Amino acid sequence: MTSQHDILIVGAGPAGMAAAVQMAELGLAPLVVDEQALPGGQIWRASEAARSDSLRAALGPDYAEGQARIARFRASGVAYLPGTRLWHLEPGFQVFMSKEGAAFSRKYRAVLLATGAQERPVAIPGWTLPGVMTVGAAQILLKTSAQIPDAPVWIAGSGPLPLLYMRQLLALGGRIAGYLDTTPRGQAGRVLPHALAALRGRSDLLKGLKWMRALQAEGFPWLRGVRDLRALGQERVESIAYTTADGVTHQKPASLVLLHEGVVPSIHATLAMNCDHDWSDAQGCFVPRTDEFGMTSVEGLYLAGDGAGIAGALAAEARGRIAALGIAQRLGVGSPDPALRSARRALDQRTAARPVIDALYPPPEAEIPDETVLCRCEELTAGDIRAAAKLHRGGPNQIKAYTRCGMGPCQGRQCGYGVNRILSEEYGQSRGETGFFRIRPPLKPVTLGELAALEEGREAP
Amino acid sequence: MTNPDVLVIGGGLHGLSAALHLARGGAQVTVLEGEFVGRHASGASAAGVRTLGRNPLEMPLSVIAMEMWHRIADLVADDCGFHAHGQLRVVASDAQLEAETQRISRLTAQGYANETVIGQDQLRQLVPGLNHKFIGAAYAADDGAADPHRTLVAFRAAAQRAGVTILEGAPVRSLQHSRDGWTVETKAGRFAAPRVVNAAGAWGSRIAAMAGETIPLSAKASMMMVTERLTQTIRPVVSIVGRSLSFKQSSQGTLVLGGGIQGRYDLDSGRTALDFHALARGAAAAAELMPSVAGTRITRCWSGIEGKTQDLLPVICPGKTEGLFHIFGFSGHGFQLVPAAGAAMAKMVTTGIVPETLQPFTSDRLTLQGAAA
Repeated sequence: MTSQHDILIVGAGPAGMAAAVQMAELGLAPLVVDEQALPGGQIWRASEAARSDSLRAALGPDYAEGQARIARFRASGVAYLPGTRLWHLEPGFQVFMSKEGAAFSRKYRAVLLATGAQERPVAIPGWTLPGVMTVGAAQILLKTSAQIPDAPVWIAGSGPLPLLYMRQLLALGGRIAGYLDTTPRGQAGRVLPHALAALRGRSDLLKGLKWMRALQAEGFPWLRGVRDLRALGQERVESIAYTTADGVTHQKPASLVLLHEGVVPSIHATLAMNCDHDWSDAQGCFVPRTDEFGMTSVEGLYLAGDGAGIAGALAAEARGRIAALGIAQRLGVGSPDPALRSARRALDQRTAARPVIDALYPPPEAEIPDETVLCRCEELTAGDIRAAAKLHRGGPNQIKAYTRCGMGPCQGRQCGYGVNRILSEEYGQSRGETGFFRIRPPLKPVTLGELAALEEGREAP
Repeated sequence: MTNPDVLVIGGGLHGLSAALHLARGGAQVTVLEGEFVGRHASGASAAGVRTLGRNPLEMPLSVIAMEMWHRIADLVADDCGFHAHGQLRVVASDAQLEAETQRISRLTAQGYANETVIGQDQLRQLVPGLNHKFIGAAYAADDGAADPHRTLVAFRAAAQRAGVTILEGAPVRSLQHSRDGWTVETKAGRFAAPRVVNAAGAWGSRIAAMAGETIPLSAKASMMMVTERLTQTIRPVVSIVGRSLSFKQSSQGTLVLGGGIQGRYDLDSGRTALDFHALARGAAAAAELMPSVAGTRITRCWSGIEGKTQDLLPVICPGKTEGLFHIFGFSGHGFQLVPAAGAAMAKMVTTGIVPETLQPFTSDRLTLQGAAA
């Protein structure tokens, strides 16, 4: 048997909660830490908080499912520390975290990162203006405080999330000025090769089609094949400009513009741990390499959920259970085969439609205009990065050293993929070969006072 | 392609500065850099431009360097982000103040006027928000700090404009000497030149060993922390007597905290690892120095590998085989010396004569110390 909390689960979303429940069933006692005040992750954020039936109905059945999942997680009796940030991880695994203004450090035999995904930054001219935000951020406001924008909202981008958000917004009485769909046209040809494989995942696809039909019946402008998006304004966004498929450029008044171009795994922790990563052309991002149990190339460090490759909440739960079983086996707590077989079946089913979704919503490929701010922290444009690339011909870390791009508080979360893409274009090499920034700790900002508290020898709570 | 006159091994600031000065003197120079320019100590430097508290043996070179820093744009056509806002070493007791006063009067007796002792009033003016427990400081008003990355870009560009060829991704595998001069085998091919400058930093003794010389050298990996941006209020670089902390606010507004707290390193992989328990002591010292910064967020920490000698003085001298010269082992305080050390090195390589400023830095002293220890 393992001693108290030999296993750390980072993240209390679908993957982290499912892993915790599975471990509890096996008699293991992991510790679950999560940055938020309540469990549920992004998809079930604030699902447990007292709220109106109308909001619950508007957020849809997938969101409502969260309550039962969270209840099961709570009932498992697994130790859970909300409001806790992991900011550094050392091989072995010495883990550094902060809670309530003080840092603490503890050793674990196995760590499961269930830290999910982040929205792919959408760098367009004007994206840093107040009044421009991401669809994901707007959805958080819906879930946590039922905030509905006063004026009609422009939504621009691609992927399933804008469709879901638009449904939720309309159900709560919000208005949509228009959907500027940036998905390149003619995706059907890219989808066909995956259609057979997707048959088992058809319920996910049918759900998407249903959303789309219902939304189109609402009658707001829905423009396809939109490109060259620009948010314009002085102090804040005043209008949005875009070019439609017929080559005509339009400019419309706008007070709130929401952008979204899909989500990408959170890879800062695995990069900092020097795990192997592979470039995914289909998802336009780096994905940590994992084995059949979700273990990374670093022994004892596991991944589950969208952090192991974007596949959605239900796949995340299956991966959480698989990783839990893998960790149990590794720590010598026999892994019962039936549970593993059932989790693997669930994962297969839940990822069957993924190639179709990836092919329907390919990562954006349009060139980033020179005047676009790429690094928000250091206020550097795409043109600055291109100029540095021409001058120095170095990789992301050299460009970072020469320009300060990626040195700010976001640690390159906003500019990393933009730099990767520009350098890959400038040097005529693949995105995988171009690589990403070397990640310097802390993974999340920690204050000097918090860190000083670590020295005072504070014990883990 | 004709052979260069000089091969410089190491694309850190000292290698670049030596290359720049050699090229300005008319030599054909190629820099062989194992990874990329500024990858280790130079890129991870706190970039303090400091005479304050420096070993007197380094002072002749340091004084020349300081003159060069005050007109650094004449050398590299950029100000390298250098600001002479002064450096301070604050003290918390009368005994410490007395010790600093005596040290500075000895320095003054040797003819150096770079440091003075200041009291609490002037200290408060220079560093608003300083903890009241600090009662005075040693102060070098003409000292300051530069921007390490900007300095690297400037030295690299200036060297290239002077005709220096810089090859990155060319780690050295072997050195051979014959009647025709030196042959340097690298991952990126073979190079030959009559003279070789070993500016390989923490790897300097490995390069020396390839030429059959044993030069005792260890290494260090000083850690740095940088915070989010704050309103600019602190101009000088501040350190505390008896504590491992240097504290400054960069021109971007970030706080840059260093001061020699050590991380872990591996010379073979070139990688470093941070020791957060040691960094926590640095954070505690920073919060003690300036209580208002306790809520400031640290955004990045790093360290770089630097060569360290037993007496913490660099090795800058001719090698034991003709045409070989060493410049490494600055032990964590070489940044300020960069412009002057490169100029002196160029003179030594060109004339074969060791300038007076470099005479304390012979490798023999380390071999002797090693034998005596």
